[in-house]
Amino acid sequence: MRRLRRPTGVPALARNEQSVVGSAPLSDVRDPGEGRMPQEVLQAPLVLEYPFIRTTGPVLGRFLTGLREGVVLGVKRADGTVMCPPLEYDPADASPLGELVEVQQTGTVVSWSWGGPLRDQQPFTQPVAWALIQLDGADTTMLHAVLVDGPEQMSTGMRVQTQWREAREGHITDIRGFVPCSDEPDGTSSAKPPSTVDLDTVEPVQSVRTPIRLSYSYTPGRALSQYLHAMKEKRIIGDRCGETGQVFVPPRGVSPVAGKATTETVELADVGYVESFNITRVPIATRPDLQPPYCSAWIVLDGASVGFMGLVINCEPESVRLGMRVRAVWKPDDELKISATNILGWEPTGEPDEVIADIECIGRVGPQQKGGSTS
Amino acid sequence: MGKERTAVIGVGQTKYASTRGDVSMAGLLREAAQRALDTAHKTWADIDAVIMGKAPDFFEGVMMPEIYLAEALGCVGKPIMRVHTAGSVGGSTACVAASMVQSRVHSTVLTIAWEKQSESNAMWALSLPQPFTTSVNAGAGGYFSPIMRRYMAMSDAPELIGCLVAFKDRQHALKNPYAHLHQHDLTFEQVVESPMLWDPIRYSETCPSSDGACAMVLTDEAGGDAHDGPVAWIKGTAMRSESNSYGGRNMVSPAASEQCADDVFAQAGIGDRRSQIDAVEMYVPFSWYEPMWLESLGFAEKGKGWQLVEAGATRLEGGDLPVNCSGGVLSSNAIGASGMIRFAEAALQVMGEAGEHQVDGARTAFGHAYGGGAQYFAMWIVAKDK
Amino acid sequence: MKDVAMVSFAQRQEAAIPNESEVEMMIPLMEQAKDAVGLTQRDMGFTCSGSSDFLAGQAFSFVMTIDGTGPVPPISESHVEQDGAWALYEAWVKLQCEDIDTAFVYSYGKSSPGSLRDVLATQMDPYYVAPLWPDAYAIEGLAARMLLESGKVSERQLAETASRSRLNASTNPHAVRTEQKSVEEILAEPYLSDPLRPSDIGASADGGAAMVLAVGDRARSLCERPVWIRGIDHRSDAHTLGVRDLTSASSAAIAANRSGVGADRIDFAELHAPFTTSEAVLTQALGLDDSVSVNPSGGALAANTMMAAGLIRFGEVFERIVRGDGDRGVAHATSGPCLQQNLVAVLEGE
Repeated sequence: MRRLRRPTGVPALARNEQSVVGSAPLSDVRDPGEGRMPQEVLQAPLVLEYPFIRTTGPVLGRFLTGLREGVVLGVKRADGTVMCPPLEYDPADASPLGELVEVQQTGTVVSWSWGGPLRDQQPFTQPVAWALIQLDGADTTMLHAVLVDGPEQMSTGMRVQTQWREAREGHITDIRGFVPCSDEPDGTSSAKPPSTVDLDTVEPVQSVRTPIRLSYSYTPGRALSQYLHAMKEKRIIGDRCGETGQVFVPPRGVSPVAGKATTETVELADVGYVESFNITRVPIATRPDLQPPYCSAWIVLDGASVGFMGLVINCEPESVRLGMRVRAVWKPDDELKISATNILGWEPTGEPDEVIADIECIGRVGPQQKGGSTS
Repeated sequence: MGKERTAVIGVGQTKYASTRGDVSMAGLLREAAQRALDTAHKTWADIDAVIMGKAPDFFEGVMMPEIYLAEALGCVGKPIMRVHTAGSVGGSTACVAASMVQSRVHSTVLTIAWEKQSESNAMWALSLPQPFTTSVNAGAGGYFSPIMRRYMAMSDAPELIGCLVAFKDRQHALKNPYAHLHQHDLTFEQVVESPMLWDPIRYSETCPSSDGACAMVLTDEAGGDAHDGPVAWIKGTAMRSESNSYGGRNMVSPAASEQCADDVFAQAGIGDRRSQIDAVEMYVPFSWYEPMWLESLGFAEKGKGWQLVEAGATRLEGGDLPVNCSGGVLSSNAIGASGMIRFAEAALQVMGEAGEHQVDGARTAFGHAYGGGAQYFAMWIVAKDK
Repeated sequence: MKDVAMVSFAQRQEAAIPNESEVEMMIPLMEQAKDAVGLTQRDMGFTCSGSSDFLAGQAFSFVMTIDGTGPVPPISESHVEQDGAWALYEAWVKLQCEDIDTAFVYSYGKSSPGSLRDVLATQMDPYYVAPLWPDAYAIEGLAARMLLESGKVSERQLAETASRSRLNASTNPHAVRTEQKSVEEILAEPYLSDPLRPSDIGASADGGAAMVLAVGDRARSLCERPVWIRGIDHRSDAHTLGVRDLTSASSAAIAANRSGVGADRIDFAELHAPFTTSEAVLTQALGLDDSVSVNPSGGALAANTMMAAGLIRFGEVFERIVRGDGDRGVAHATSGPCLQQNLVAVLEGE
C-alpha cells in the first residue's frame, strides 16, 4: 500500500542574487515602445519560494485519495446534481456537502484556451490547452489541461479522457492532463472503467504539496538606492524633512512627520549610540551565519532622528548597555559593494554613554544639526 | 440620526492548534462561521455581507484569499470585504464590520478573521528577505524585545513580572477549551527557567504559532432586541495608526494607542477605566506587553502597570481587572484572528458565555488589538446593557 | 444616508515605475489630492487604502506607504487588501456612521517587478487550480471562448473595443497603451492566448491614485462641483469557474441594480475591464445601451494598474463630470478571475 507522502524538504528561503544595475523588465503585454523605457535603476532578482503544504480536510482529501488510486470523484449537491471536482460546500449557498460519488474519466470540453509557451511553474513538458471539462456523470466542469500539439487540435465539444501520471501521490497533477478520445458520451469508454478500489481501505490523503515560486525584480526606490550606492563608498546618508528638520536613516524619501517628500540628503558620521537592544539566544533560519548569543540593537547615528537595526559586535552581548556609544565596522575595502551588508556591525567606541532623555521615546525630537556634506 | 446600535449575537471559534491537520482553509473558516451562525440562530441566507480579515497573504501563499473563500462563506450574490491592518487586523475587521451595521448599510453581517500559519512558517512570512541587506531580526520577538527592555528600564519593574503574566495566561488557558496551549503541569518555576530566546524574553513568555479562525455575527438594534439569547452591545469602536519610525516616537506607549483608547472610552462614556471595565482582552503576544498596555490604555499610572500584575489584579481569580481570561495571545496565536479573538472574548464575557473563564457578573468588557511596529490599533467596548 | 461626494482626485500610471518605491510614487499623488481642496492629513476624518503584498513581493507594503500620509499625530485609518474602490467603499461607510465629514482614500500597485499574469495564479483555488499555474490570460481565454461561441460578441466586436480603447487613450495622459490600431490590424494580431489577442488584454501598469471624499455642505465648500456618490454596492460571484456562467456577471448586475444604474440617464461609464471580453460582459450586466460612452479614458485596456484600476475609474468619471463632459456616470471595479467580484457606483455632478 502506498504511504501518505509528506514532503520533508526544509523551507527554501528566498535567494538574494547578485545585484545588477540595468533596465527593469516590463510587463509582457505591451506594444513596441509602449510606455516609457525605464531609466537605469538599481535592481536585484528576488525569488520568493516556499513549499506550502496544505491540509485538505475530508472532502478534498477524499478526492485526492481517489486521484492517487486512479479514480475521479464528484460530490452530490442537494438537487442531485454532481459537482466535480468536489468541494465541501455548495458554492451556491454554502450548505455543507459530503456525499462523494465516482464519475467517469471521459468528458467533454466546454471551453478552452491555448496556453502558449509554458510559464515557469506550469507542471507540463510542452504547451497545453487549458479547458473546462465536464466529466461524464458530472454536472459542472473541471479546470485542467488538454495535452495536444496545438490549438488546431482543440474544439469545444471535443471528447477527452484522463491521462494519469505513473507515480501518483494524491495531487491534482496526478492527472497529467486530458487527451482527446473518440468515444461518445453514451458509448463505452475507452478509458479506465469505474474503479474497484475501496477508498475506505487505503490510507487517506490528508495534505497536499503546493510549492510556490515567484520571481521578482526588486528595485529599492530612489532614496534607498542612493543610500546603497553611498554604502559602497563607506558613506552613510540619510534624508532630512524640510518642515521639521528630522533626519531619517536609512532614507525612504518620505518624512512621516510631515507627510511630504524629504527635501535634502544628509551625510552622517558612522558613529552613534545604542538606544535599545535584543540578545538573540537561538539560531535563526534567515541568518545561519550568526552564532547565538548575539546582540541586535537600534543604533541612532549622530545627527539622526531615528535608529535602525544593526548587530553589536566585538564585545560580549552582556556588556551592551542602553546609551552605549558605537561605531560602524566596515567590510574590507575590496569587498565593498552596493549593499547595506558593507557594515558588518557596530563596536563600542569606549566613549561615555549617551544619556537617553526620555526612556519611553526613541530617537531624537526636533530638528537635527546640519552636519557633513549635503547635496 | 446617529449610529445604529449594534449587537453581537453570535460568536464562533475553532479549536486553536499548531496544525489543524483535519481541515482545509475553507473548512477552518466554516467551523468558526457555523458556530457563530448557530449561536446567533442564523443561517447563511440571513447574512447580508461578510467582512474578512487576516494578516499577510504570504502566510498561506494565497493572494487575496477572500476571493477563493467567498463561496465557502455564502457570498455568492453578496458583498465580501477583506481588511488587512497587520497584527491588529482581527480587531480592525470587527470595527469595519460594526460600521456596516452602524451606518445602516447592512442589517446583519458575519465577520471572520483567521490564519492557517501551519501552511508555511511565520518567520519566513513575516520577514521576507530583501536584496541589498540582511535581516538581523529574529522575527517579531527580535523586534519587540528592545521595546520591552526600554519599558523595564523606565518602570524599574521586577525582572519576573513577565513570567507572572505568562504563567497567569497559561493558567487561564486551562479554562478555555479553544486555547492552543493547555499546559496542565506548567509551574511558575518552569516559566522562569525556560530558555531566553530574545533576551529579555524567555521562551515561555512568547506566543505560540497557531491555526485558527474566529467569527462573529453582528446585527442592528431590532435584531439584537429580537435575539433569543445573550447579546453584547457595542458601545464604542476605534482605530488609530501611526508611523513606526520618527524622532521622539513613544514606543512604549505609542500615541496611537493612547488616542485610540481615549476615543473608545469616550464613546462608551467611561471615566474610570479600571473600575468601570469588568474584563479586558488585550493583545499580549509577549508577556511584558500586559503591564505596558495597562499603562498605555489608562488602566494604570505610567510606570505602575507591573504593580497590578504583581498584586494579582489581572487574574481571573481574585483580580479586580481580569486580563485575558481566555489565555490571550500567549496561549493561542492565529495571527490574523488574534485581534478578533480578543474582541469576541470580550463579547463572550458580557454575554455571560465565557464558560469556565467567565468573570462573574461582567457587564462591560474591553477588546484590544495592535499590529505592525506597535503602530496599528483597534479597540472596542461591549456591554451587557443597551 | 448622508450625501458623500468626491472632491478631488490624483492619479499616475506608467508601464513601469522602477526607480521609485511605492511610497515615493504615492507622496506626490497624496499631496496633490489634498492640496486641490486645501486640506491636510489632520483635516481627514478617516483614511483608507488598498494594496496587495503579492504584487511586488514585499510583505506589509502598506505599512511603509502609510508614512506618505504623515500619520504623526496618529490617524483614524484602515487598509483593505483589495482594489482602492473597496477602500473608497469603506470610507463611504465610515462617513455614513461617524461624526466626520472628510475622508482620504488611496491605493496603488506596482506589478512590474513580477509577472502579473503568473502572480494572479496564486489567487485561484489553492488545492485544485493554483498548483497547475494557469496564468491569468489562459483563465480569461476560457471565458472569452464561451462568450464568443455564445454569439453574444464576435472577435470583430472585441477588436472594435480594443481599437476604441486605443483611440480614447490617445487623449488620456495617464494611458500607457496609446498606439493607434485599426480593427483590421488588431484582427491580424496573432493570438497570445487563443482566443485572446494582445490588444484584448489590458496593458499592465504601475501607479496609484488618491482621492478626497467629503459630506454635504463640506463638499460644496471644498470645490466648485462635487461629484456625488448617488449609489454604491458590491457583490461577489462564485470563485469556482466550473459552477458559474462565464458569459455573464450576475454579481455586477446585482450591484448595478442596487446602486441605481438603470434609474436615470448615464452619460459615461468607466468599467474596470481588464480584457475586451470583460467590457462586453459588463456592458451587458450593467444594462448600458449605445447612448452611454464606455471607457472614454481608454479604460483598463489602456492602463491596468492592479489594486488601483477600480479607484481610477471613479477618478476618471469624477474628472469628466468636473470638466462638464456630462452629469452622470458609472464607475466600476472588479477583482478575481473572470469578473468574480464587482463594485458599481453611480456618480452625479452637483
